[in-house]
Amino acid sequence: MLAFILRRVLQSVAVMAVVAFIAFGLFNFTGDPVAFMLGQDATIQERQRLRADLGLDQPFYVQFARFVGNAVRGDFGLSLRQGRLVSTLLKERLPATLELSIVAALIALFVGVPLGVYTALKRDTWTAHLLLTASLIGVSLPTFLIGILLILVFAVQLGWLPSFGRGDTVALGWWTTGLLTKSGLKALILPSITLALFQMTLIMRLVRSEMLEVLRTDYIKFARARGLRDRAIHFGHALKNTLVPVITIIGLQLGAIIAFAIVTETVFQWPGMGLLFIQAVNFADIPVMAAYLCFIALVFVLINLIVDLLYYAVDPRLRIERAATAH
Amino acid sequence: MRNRVLTAALAAAAFTAIVATAVPAKTLRWSSQGDILTFDPMAQNESLNNTFSDYVYDGLVRYNKKFEPEPALATSWTQPEPSRWRFILRKNVKFHDGTPLVADDVVFSFERILAPSSNMKVYAQGVKEVKKIDDFTVDIITDGPNPVLLRGLVDAKIMSRAWATKNNSVSPQNYAQKEENFAARNTNGTGQFMLKSREADVRTVLVANPNWWDKTDGNLTEIVYTPIKADATRVAALVSGEVDFVLDPPPQDIPRLRQAGNLKIADGTETRIIFFGMDQWRDETPYASVKGKNPFKDKNVRQALYQAIDIDAIQRSLMRGLAVPTGSMLAPQVNGYTDDTSKRMPYDVEKAKALLRDAGYPNGFDVTLDCPNNRYINDEKICQAVVAMWEKVGVRAKLNAMPCATYFQKIQKFDTSLYLLGWATATFDGLYTLQSLIRSVRDNSADGNFNLGKYSNTKADALIDQIKTEVDDKKRNAMMREVMQIHATDIGHLPLHQQIIPWAMRSNVSVTHRADNRLDARWIKIE
Repeated sequence: MLAFILRRVLQSVAVMAVVAFIAFGLFNFTGDPVAFMLGQDATIQERQRLRADLGLDQPFYVQFARFVGNAVRGDFGLSLRQGRLVSTLLKERLPATLELSIVAALIALFVGVPLGVYTALKRDTWTAHLLLTASLIGVSLPTFLIGILLILVFAVQLGWLPSFGRGDTVALGWWTTGLLTKSGLKALILPSITLALFQMTLIMRLVRSEMLEVLRTDYIKFARARGLRDRAIHFGHALKNTLVPVITIIGLQLGAIIAFAIVTETVFQWPGMGLLFIQAVNFADIPVMAAYLCFIALVFVLINLIVDLLYYAVDPRLRIERAATAH
Repeated sequence: MRNRVLTAALAAAAFTAIVATAVPAKTLRWSSQGDILTFDPMAQNESLNNTFSDYVYDGLVRYNKKFEPEPALATSWTQPEPSRWRFILRKNVKFHDGTPLVADDVVFSFERILAPSSNMKVYAQGVKEVKKIDDFTVDIITDGPNPVLLRGLVDAKIMSRAWATKNNSVSPQNYAQKEENFAARNTNGTGQFMLKSREADVRTVLVANPNWWDKTDGNLTEIVYTPIKADATRVAALVSGEVDFVLDPPPQDIPRLRQAGNLKIADGTETRIIFFGMDQWRDETPYASVKGKNPFKDKNVRQALYQAIDIDAIQRSLMRGLAVPTGSMLAPQVNGYTDDTSKRMPYDVEKAKALLRDAGYPNGFDVTLDCPNNRYINDEKICQAVVAMWEKVGVRAKLNAMPCATYFQKIQKFDTSLYLLGWATATFDGLYTLQSLIRSVRDNSADGNFNLGKYSNTKADALIDQIKTEVDDKKRNAMMREVMQIHATDIGHLPLHQQIIPWAMRSNVSVTHRADNRLDARWIKIE
């Protein structure tokens, strides 16, 4: 068990190193932050001095080595755009992104699963067809368009909900939450629906097809033959077996939700890490971009690690196989 | 005991008086694409940043509505010698923390502006020394006669020495130290507004300074700034009434916003001129098909490219009217502009073809046009349109469009044959532009620092060097006119147009449009 965990952790570290390297390599194409920082009037000497201050005059491998060395100690340097510690910036932004992502994941789950069950059970009704067609739109419409449409209807036309921002927040230690204020909750509605929509349709379609599959299996037929009520068959037997792959997917999708919150955060001016990243890209703010990409890589690596460990715990066959090949 | 009652009664009376005279809160909630980078008035020379520095900090002088310098923290000034200016400071000015403004703060502020890590050095260009004479008199000594000193001083903001020293902010942001600067998120100015709260990228709140030394026509008591990055969301927030003012509404939405009943648009031109520059220094230019010579060294070729541009088509269909075509490198608001130097050469395809034939390029040539795609209004589209127009006369330009972060890195190394650039005259005085764009390149100086095709004319150079120190306005303006004429005759650059930048707001808000795209709080009125 320990050897397995150790191996996975080592692999994760390797993945992180590769991500950091690729991310850092890409920065050579984002342009020159010094041009932004000094503006058009700066002299060549001023530019060179700032480049030296920032370490940008060093060759690529030196910059990279320095970055990795500092990053290991949790030091990502100063944001070039804001002149503040990158670690502080990320810490400030983390609660907004996590709240949005988790709420979106919950919406996706608690709306997606029932809809999936419904469309599987009543698959020939017109409502099921309507839902399936609508889900196609959810899958194929780009997130920013959905966001803008929601803003147009609920903020501009009806005036019910705010079009941007996070509303009032309450600080709990270093964590800020919008879940405890009315304006915070109102502000959360549109972005979380926007972010949830894709995952929701995905879950709905997944549950539906799994459910249809399960409903065809023998044990469901036997259950019917035993005279069990529909309700017991559908929810007690069919849905339970459907949920195994669904939970796996949701676990993996949570990482995707956090990472792809970028678009939603930009549309709604949601002050999370995605927005921070987008603004960093525009400004060629290398320290922020590097830290963000490493963070996202870390999230994915951690989730994968946990999923692997869960498999290991859940599936006895894995343990036996590993034990057999280990020697 | 009786004393205490009396004090309480007096306090209550005073309080009632304050409440009775208190004006109703007038809050302006406004938005644009990006956030303020820092509140340190010497850390970033960027338009939005300077806008907020104007709210919180004052300079010795400031602009009036006609962009002429007028007294601010200095009540008057004299020039005892050509390179010595004496400023008399306003008495009874207090910083937001209650400490009085004295000459020493002015001396300190100029030290800070001229510090190596300052980005506002350009506004104190030519300042050699600032001396305290007494508590309310300072002398600014320049390294020669300096006719644009006052205009620079508008953006040289005055900070408190005691406050900066106490908070370890004696010098502006220094990236080498990897430390956050206290002054970046805390302020102590003398200005009309005080910073109340700041959450980067979320909300910045300023409240009116009750002890400000001046009165205004405006009635603003609070400013709430929220950056909204997405164009559609920013407009939606304006339409739905969540913000009152948008500095940068997207051009395609302007016609629709004009029609909306509860909104209005303030149109105004910017001092920025959009133009093309051409490599005029290499013997063979790197990105053209012509070998062994540089076609742009030939004036006929430059003129052909000029006259092949159908500027009216660009203005009408591409800019949708949001541009004023010009033949000048200076905007009309800028000191030094004259009408006679800004006539455009007419659009004439046949003439352009003939000129190219005369220059020895009957079949034209290939060249790469470098162009930014996220810096100016419709920058890439302008380049696309002009590429098509040049094609008609035989010059086949290949468009190389890129984001400004990479674009400026490339062209500032002079690594270009043909490029598009926009240039705003920050000081509202022509020298700023002539020196940067027309003066021959002199390393490690502002001379020609954006003359990226290295246009060079010795006569123009000599005149520009004289303009730098000429204090007689009439002579100086005549010289600027002459430089503009020389440049226009040489066809040193191909000017296109001046951008019109519309501001959008709710109809109960009235503002004064500024050609440097700064929303001036002094003149905002909310009904």
